[in-house]
Amino acid sequence: MMALLADVWQPVLLSIELAVLTTVLLLLLGTPLAWWLSRGGAWWKEVVAAIVALPIVLPPTVLGFYLLVALGPDGPGGAVAALWGGRTLAFSFGGLVFGSMLYSLPFVVQPIRNAFEAMGPRPMEVAATLRASPWRAFVTVALPLARPGLLTGAVLGFAHTIGEFGVVLMIGGAIPGQTKVLSVAIYDYVETDQWAQADLLAGGMVVFAFCVVLAVRLIERRQARLA
Amino acid sequence: MRIVRLLLSAAVAALVVTGPAAAGQTSVAVAANFTAAAKEIAAAFHSATGDEAVLSFGASGPIYTQIKQGAPYQIMLSADDARPAQLVKDGLGVASSRFTYAIGKLVLWSRTPGLVTGDATLRDGHFARLSIANPAGAPYGAAAIETLKALKLYDTLQPRIVEGASIAQAFQFIETGNAELGFVALSQLVGHDGGSRWVVPQSLYTPIRQDAVLLKPGAANPAATAFMAFLKGNAARTIIARYGYAFADQE
Repeated sequence: MMALLADVWQPVLLSIELAVLTTVLLLLLGTPLAWWLSRGGAWWKEVVAAIVALPIVLPPTVLGFYLLVALGPDGPGGAVAALWGGRTLAFSFGGLVFGSMLYSLPFVVQPIRNAFEAMGPRPMEVAATLRASPWRAFVTVALPLARPGLLTGAVLGFAHTIGEFGVVLMIGGAIPGQTKVLSVAIYDYVETDQWAQADLLAGGMVVFAFCVVLAVRLIERRQARLA
Repeated sequence: MRIVRLLLSAAVAALVVTGPAAAGQTSVAVAANFTAAAKEIAAAFHSATGDEAVLSFGASGPIYTQIKQGAPYQIMLSADDARPAQLVKDGLGVASSRFTYAIGKLVLWSRTPGLVTGDATLRDGHFARLSIANPAGAPYGAAAIETLKALKLYDTLQPRIVEGASIAQAFQFIETGNAELGFVALSQLVGHDGGSRWVVPQSLYTPIRQDAVLLKPGAANPAATAFMAFLKGNAARTIIARYGYAFADQE
């Protein structure tokens, strides 16, 4: 059992690292984006919103295919990699973070946008009449009010990144400790008849997924009670 | 619009009427390295017999696992001889049907001309990523590891290895340029004349004997037995040879 655990631990750790980093970056990037989208205005904001939502609809293979080309030496990723003498951003942890951010973006942005929209323009107007600067009002009024949305976004972004498979399989190259994440490891174990390891990881994932869904429900419940 | 609809219904009617008359059908799971050859063979099989071979592709390991779990394939064209033998042992394959339909060759390939010159390319190590197929599931991946070990380069190059789930993905990593070079099957390079290649000497790895086996669900299907027979015939052998494979009886 201990040997088994040691075997499967690396991909678990890697998936957690990937998901944490992706979630933090997405919160930093997604919150202003969600705010901007929630403030109404031009119709073409919905065009941007639709682009953000695309990964929900697209098969991971579509993202994986375009990412593989875009990250490679023929695409912009290759040009970026060339800055430090590299050749491609595929097969690297950084490449996975980039892919995961695209893939999980809507799951973070959407709940935050909803939360901003739900609070309406009133709190910000009141803050303005009290002479709070827009930035101060955003930090001290909007963000706290949107906390349940931020929390849901963070949980969903984290969970969705943990559950990512197709994109990673296509751009990862299954390098132990770098790109061989949990879901790819499970696939590998199943397909090569190592079912004890597969079982351990897959069973763990079921428990994890249950906890995530339950957590989101509880957050929503509290939110509904507060509202 | 009406004309278009009319033409469409005519086309559908023609299909229904002239479709393969009472043709049989068999499902074949094919190791990824044999993809292109299998498609040609299936087409030749269809024109010769009217029967249809429906092909599924993947790495041999996953195919084996799927068959063990009841995948409805009637034939397996493996990239090794171990898995068909195991299927017979598992009671899922027909023992007498097993034969070597091709012997595969391993190639070190790059899309960059001049990059691959021989084992010296591996020794010099002027590359970041070396693509191989997952050795646990794909025999060509296992052969690549064997080659690296025979060259005593495995320990140095191991950190640069990227794995495709099948030899098809290993190939595609190189084709997109994400890996500079990698080990692929010679058969995959038919139609890819550019780049540079080194056909790995047979002394460096165990010959890749690719066995076919008739699975129990196909034993009673005439189309399945016909396909197995067709695979042994001259028409199929011509195609297989064109993809760079050798045959067991040539050795």
